[in-house]
Amino acid sequence: MASIFTLSIAQSALELGCIYSLVALALFVSFSILNIADLSTDGCFTLGCAVCAMVTIAGHPVLALLAAMLAGVCSGFVTAFLQTRMGIESILAGIIVNTGLYTINIAVMGFSSNVNLFNCKTIFSMAKEAIGGIWYKLLVALVIVAIIGILLALFLNTRLGLSIRATGDNADMVKASSINPAFTITVGLCVSNALTGLSGGVLAQYQKSCDINLGTGMVTIALASLIIGETLIGKGSVMRRVIGVILGSCLYRFIVAVALRLNVPAECLKLVSAIIVAVAIAFPYLKKKVAFFKQKTAAGSKYGKGGKA
Amino acid sequence: MLDMIHVSKTFHPGTVNEKKALRDLSLHLDDGDFATIVGSNGAGKSTTFNAITGAFYIDEGRVLLDGEDITYQKEYVRSRVIGHLFQDPLKGTAPHMTIEENLSLAYLRASKNRRAFFSHINSADKARFREHLAQLDMGLEDRMKEPVGLLSGGQRQALTLLMATVVTPKILLLDEHTAALDPATAEKVLGLTKKIIAEHHITCLMVTHNMHQALELGNRVIMMDSGKIILDLKEEEKRNITVEDLLERFRIQAGKQLDNDRILMST
Repeated sequence: MASIFTLSIAQSALELGCIYSLVALALFVSFSILNIADLSTDGCFTLGCAVCAMVTIAGHPVLALLAAMLAGVCSGFVTAFLQTRMGIESILAGIIVNTGLYTINIAVMGFSSNVNLFNCKTIFSMAKEAIGGIWYKLLVALVIVAIIGILLALFLNTRLGLSIRATGDNADMVKASSINPAFTITVGLCVSNALTGLSGGVLAQYQKSCDINLGTGMVTIALASLIIGETLIGKGSVMRRVIGVILGSCLYRFIVAVALRLNVPAECLKLVSAIIVAVAIAFPYLKKKVAFFKQKTAAGSKYGKGGKA
Repeated sequence: MLDMIHVSKTFHPGTVNEKKALRDLSLHLDDGDFATIVGSNGAGKSTTFNAITGAFYIDEGRVLLDGEDITYQKEYVRSRVIGHLFQDPLKGTAPHMTIEENLSLAYLRASKNRRAFFSHINSADKARFREHLAQLDMGLEDRMKEPVGLLSGGQRQALTLLMATVVTPKILLLDEHTAALDPATAEKVLGLTKKIIAEHHITCLMVTHNMHQALELGNRVIMMDSGKIILDLKEEEKRNITVEDLLERFRIQAGKQLDNDRILMST
């Protein structure tokens, strides 16, 4: 094991795990809580990344992260608007926004498919000057995730948060409680996409670049993290679930790190994550099937093929 | 209190599935009225409820609640003052949220100010919830942190009843809300219903398939057929009628036998 895990690999897996856990938290809000498959995640992640990159280049690294969140909110609002006010199916609304965002993302980056942030001041370079050492990146990522995680858990326990949770849990009951589901879906998707945008923004500063294809497959990766987290930690209080999602994201990055160490080519990683998601979602179903099959064969051997004892 | 004036509703108009669910229905309820509704399958009992709650907009007519025209008011706006219980005990509560979280959503109806949206459940709320839950006498006050999905159907329906009445509604609509429960639990939930309605003097409409229940409860009995009210007995008249009389009156008014198999099974 020691040869697979060097300290630096574990460190970067944790850093990326924390950064990508923000998208996983976004899907936690939209997919787990609101029960909506928000397929605009890929485009929104790139949007956050692009917006953050441009503002960072302009010299405002902290403002850049807020701008990335705000861009995410706008994207989430459009997705929500399409499904709550225009009668478009939620999945289709996400796909439409995702397609539109491609052009917008290119436009944000000044009609180029990538931008670099070399020699720009970022929150990471600021932390390096302030703290130094080798752990500053992880520290920054951890602080951001901790703040967001706590704020999200607090928010989901407010009356508004409860309304959003109830919308995904039982829409009939929400209407009977005088809550407008169109409103709660809109707020939920805005919050969710703000997190997606922030995740893209932090990544832009972390890797000092932004690429138009950065977000491709992000929804699958985030889903993998989310499902790993929910399988490991299970359900419970909101705080517990939020922590589960963050741990799931870190674990996913460790799996990827191991895959890379085992000389799986980098191009294959998307396939690996697709397989992880498929297996993780299918697992409970397959477990039931296997149990049933065992019961059937046990009954078969007891009573014989003819059904007689 | 409630006025439905010449209300009509047709589903799937102009298709082979066209169904005139409500035909020129008029109904007036006084403050504090408790009316039971009986009728054959597809008579328009649930449709009447949905016309009141705003699950759809009616084609013709008007609906007034407490003098206010709510004909085109949105469903979630009306639900501030309308309590609605369904036959399915799973419909009224959010299964993955705890009992106290469900209850605190019910309380949202009472709060008009927007700051309430960002408030958390505090200890004063919890004390209040505990007090309300204790009234149900089901031990739910000691399980406030448990998800509602763990409760039995009867417990969930009792909780739904509490949620619908914790902020006193102008009108309570009960759509066979005990029909899916086992007899003992149904009895208990019905007892709670009677108690809560009497305590808060709530105006109530209740659909039931149990003729004895229809005659025993409330001060009015309404019979429906083919989207119309065909019989409306009040106070004195209602007290003196038997189930056999009622079925006979139905036969005369509707020109056919009452064909609700569940009604026939329970008489």
